Amino acid sequence: MNALSFIPLLLALILSPLLFGVINRTKALFAGRRGQPLLQTYYDLWKLLRKGAVYSRTTTWIFRAGPMVGLAAAWVAATLVPLGNFPALIAFPADFLLFAGLLGLMRFFTVVAALDTGSSFEGMGASREVFFSALTEPALFVVLATLARQTGQLSLSTMFEPVSGADWLHGGPVLALVIIALMIVLLAENARIPVDDPNTHLELTMIHEVMVLDHSGPDFAFILYAAALKLWMLGALVLSMVLPSSGGNPWLSLALVSGGMFGLAVVIGVIESVMARLRLLVVPQLLIGAGAVATVALILTLR
Amino acid sequence: MTDLILVLVVLTNLKLLGSSRLGASIRVVAAQGVMLGLLPVLAHVHELSLHFAALAVGTVALKGVVFPWLLFRALREAEVTREVEPYVAYITSILIGLAALAASFWLGGRLPVSTVEPSSLLVPSALFSILAGLFLIVARKRAVNQVLGFLVLENGIYTFGVGIVAETPFLVELGVLLDAFVAVFVMGIAVYHINREFDHIEVDRLDRLKG
Amino acid sequence: MTWLLFAMAILLLGAMAVLLLSRPDRNVSWLGAGSVVIASVLGCVPVIHVLSGGSVEPVRVPWSVPFGEFFIELDSLTAWFLFPTLLLSALSAIYGVGYLRSWQGRRSLGPIWFFYCLLVLGMMLVLLARNAVLFLIAWELMALASFFLVTFEHERESVREAGWIYFVATHLGTAFLLAFFLLLARDTGSMDFTVWAEKGVQAQGLASILFLLAIIGFGTKAGFMPLHVWLPEAHPAAPSHVSALMSGVMIKTGIYGLLRALTFLGAPPMWWGWGLIAIGLSSGVLGVLFALAQHDLKRLLAYHSVENIGIIALGLGAGLLGMSTGSSMLIVLGFGGGLLHVVNHALFKGLLFLGAGAVLHGTGTLEIDHLGGLLKRMPWTAATFLIGAVAISGLPPLNGFVSEFLIFLGAFKGGVSTGGAIAVPLLALIAGLALIGGLAAACFTKAFGIVFLGEPRSEHVSHAHEADWTMRLPMLILAAGCVLIGLFAPVVVGSLQAVLENLTHLQPAAVSENLAAVASPLAWVVIGTVAFLLLLLALILLRRGLLAGRRVETNVTWGCGYAQPTARMQYTASSFAQPLMDLFRPLLGTKKKISPPRGFFPEEAALKTVTPDISHEEVYRPVFGRINEWLSQLRWVQHGKVQLYVLYIAVTLIVLLIWELR
Repeated sequence: MNALSFIPLLLALILSPLLFGVINRTKALFAGRRGQPLLQTYYDLWKLLRKGAVYSRTTTWIFRAGPMVGLAAAWVAATLVPLGNFPALIAFPADFLLFAGLLGLMRFFTVVAALDTGSSFEGMGASREVFFSALTEPALFVVLATLARQTGQLSLSTMFEPVSGADWLHGGPVLALVIIALMIVLLAENARIPVDDPNTHLELTMIHEVMVLDHSGPDFAFILYAAALKLWMLGALVLSMVLPSSGGNPWLSLALVSGGMFGLAVVIGVIESVMARLRLLVVPQLLIGAGAVATVALILTLR
Repeated sequence: MTDLILVLVVLTNLKLLGSSRLGASIRVVAAQGVMLGLLPVLAHVHELSLHFAALAVGTVALKGVVFPWLLFRALREAEVTREVEPYVAYITSILIGLAALAASFWLGGRLPVSTVEPSSLLVPSALFSILAGLFLIVARKRAVNQVLGFLVLENGIYTFGVGIVAETPFLVELGVLLDAFVAVFVMGIAVYHINREFDHIEVDRLDRLKG
Repeated sequence: MTWLLFAMAILLLGAMAVLLLSRPDRNVSWLGAGSVVIASVLGCVPVIHVLSGGSVEPVRVPWSVPFGEFFIELDSLTAWFLFPTLLLSALSAIYGVGYLRSWQGRRSLGPIWFFYCLLVLGMMLVLLARNAVLFLIAWELMALASFFLVTFEHERESVREAGWIYFVATHLGTAFLLAFFLLLARDTGSMDFTVWAEKGVQAQGLASILFLLAIIGFGTKAGFMPLHVWLPEAHPAAPSHVSALMSGVMIKTGIYGLLRALTFLGAPPMWWGWGLIAIGLSSGVLGVLFALAQHDLKRLLAYHSVENIGIIALGLGAGLLGMSTGSSMLIVLGFGGGLLHVVNHALFKGLLFLGAGAVLHGTGTLEIDHLGGLLKRMPWTAATFLIGAVAISGLPPLNGFVSEFLIFLGAFKGGVSTGGAIAVPLLALIAGLALIGGLAAACFTKAFGIVFLGEPRSEHVSHAHEADWTMRLPMLILAAGCVLIGLFAPVVVGSLQAVLENLTHLQPAAVSENLAAVASPLAWVVIGTVAFLLLLLALILLRRGLLAGRRVETNVTWGCGYAQPTARMQYTASSFAQPLMDLFRPLLGTKKKISPPRGFFPEEAALKTVTPDISHEEVYRPVFGRINEWLSQLRWVQHGKVQLYVLYIAVTLIVLLIWELR
């Protein structure tokens, strides 16, 4: 643990809201508009932190606790995630179990806070959220098992190290399949098209947005920031497999990593612009498809 | 490179098992046929001869152009675009497909055939194509899907052949291609006539002919 | 050992006293609960002594029962299971005092406390017994005492039926156990557990038959799928403190029996490990799916017990694979994870059942779709139920995460480096356990959210009252236990040392080395937990500071402009679980009855879903129906005439006499 291992955490904390700005700008460009400023999410966070709050009479302390538990969990999870050549701040064998557990804790409390409002909108979103996450958990774990077998390592920082050209030649298909599966998991967990549409506010199409419909003020700021951190973390995992190795030069690593996350945000924006949201009944097929792709990769490592 | 093609073949088979749109399925089978047509060329790139090149061009033309054209024509005549409720649901089909893939790997390891050349993925992916083709024929109702299953089965046998026999006699390969061509041609005509006579192309309803 | 003998004596005396002194108007609950608590405290002393590495003298007293001997011994395997038994018995007894108060005037409470003391005595004897006859007698005592406890409210038809299903199922399991013990005794020539552990099995192939008999016999008590059919009937029918005891501890005696049987059977072949992993996966996945489909809170919790027994079986299966291949890492992590989950499950399942009992006590109903908004009226129950729900979903920082961590770590380490035969079941374990975790989180957000949060869905909630302190205290202690095991995970893992040495015959150094290898990641997990709690505290203070000078108002929940919203428009439990249930429809067999709204101004509409247990419907009912048909042909033998019965006896005696004297 040296000074360099603080970089993934710092970059995550500072730059994650920028991802939303880049995605929205890409979508606007595709639509022929100019779009919001890149730093819009920072302005939103600042605005929300200075507001008061309105609470529903139905809600209890759970509603007030949900956003804080989510943000604290996301923060601790961010210390576990490596970024490119920079290892994570905290790394130990099977730290991915703590990572998945913290994301699960965040999801549990968001769902429970949504049910606290006693509204059918939030209930609908909560029901769909647990449904999709029950299908992405196995896919995520199969991806982790495949990478563990491929690299022989058991910590996020060592499993997700950047791959060299030799690795691609040797185990190319496995890596490609793992990246595809992990990308689908990222889109599902962060409520992006084709699983969910973060822009509409129609009850039939919302999943994540509707769960946080009743939160306001600082609570909503915590939720927005935690969502940004979650997107950054899963994106960092995908990126670490795609980026080439930088051979130990910290400045080159920094440049690769920042450019890489920027590029990933543009890719997500492009995916969101060219695809439509899938019908809700078809989404399980997509998620099971991701699990199937990950299983094919796992079977390939077993031979 | 051959590894990549074989993995793509496995993925296309899985996609076929889970798809309900007939147009997309026909395109997927065509793509699979083109990839497998190019496989012997890429495997023996250093021994390229007119024989290989002609065969590759012929296979690609037949599987990539002629068959899809015939099948699309049959679809247009019968005016169908989707599979009806199949015997086995799509998600279950994918899960069965994964189990078949695992079984192919296990069986492939036990077959007394030593192929490391050109790729160790060859025998398992060939077996998987055969199993997937058979599954499509058994578990789907529309006749077009059964033709596609037959084509996938042929692809599997062809993949097997590329791996096992180094120098396939020209006549055998031509025979295989002709076999597939006749099947698709006849099926296309048959589908047209079945549709004209019964106003549908659901094969499971043909048992009414028993009388 | 004298401590334990005193404990058992106090239980017997307490049982007798309660029965003799019981009258409908007298409160004997304190007497009954008091004797259980004193017995537990006395019993814990030698248990803790053994678990920290000490040893206790066994007691052998010859007995007049043929082949029997009163031989009890306290080794670390027994001690590990005895600890949660004593703890949960005492806490449930304290809870029972308050819970049974509502039956005070209507019925005398003597019998229920009598059978409660006998149940605790039976469980203690089962764990301590080292002679097969003593074991079977104690097993039967446990079964009978729990049967009478389950049928406490015998005036209700559903309770009677549940009791009969339980009675038949447990005796079928005991029949297999009888076969197990008899075969083993014939092979080794003794009924003594210590002799069996030393000599092992002599005959070829006998070990596998014995393993299957043990799986069926002990698995019926533990609740493996598909032998679990009695669990969702019996546990909801019993009074809540008894359900907590049964689900938390009694089904674990089945796991104890299986482990003890494994010590007799020697080195396991690979298919034993595969078999247990397969049982674990099917119990886990199907258990949680059926739990999702239930409307009754206690039935949901009962199916969850099936799922957690599946998780324990997964750990044990991984350990068995380790024993087949000689991998000390897999042995320690697999068995360690399974054993730790035994204790964890006792804690949080006990807590959840006590919470459900408090809900029933306060509102009079357990139908999830009739509850809601209970957190405002029952804050303590809700808070402890929340801790139980987070623990059972296996989320950090609580204890469920720690035992699943052990099992996952073993499976990952085993699945990463080895070849096909070991790697494939372990990788399937990983995918299956991940799926189980996701579904469990779905199920418990549903249970906690619909019952305690939102608006009340019926009038049951409006007269709800919080439980009194005798009911709250045990729940708080159990919740504290869940949190403490989570926070002190590395220390708790270290206490597995004695049990694992005893169970697996590994070298102490090998065990401690592997335990240390998992204690260090757990130490990091604890650091992460502490960081999480500190961050949470900081955020609470930040929010309080931010909102201090600002406007904070309350209003109704945003309803999108409905003119007349009602509480019945909220999401119900069935709607919450509906997407998952539709996806898994082939496995669940849910029957829906719909009368949809008709016309422009519909007056009535109804939807009813029922999910009968699939093994009950598809397997047991047809088989037992067929057996019933055949056997009813013998009914002519029972015609009711006393003279003919005497004739049967006389004829039999004469035939035997002739046979002997020929």
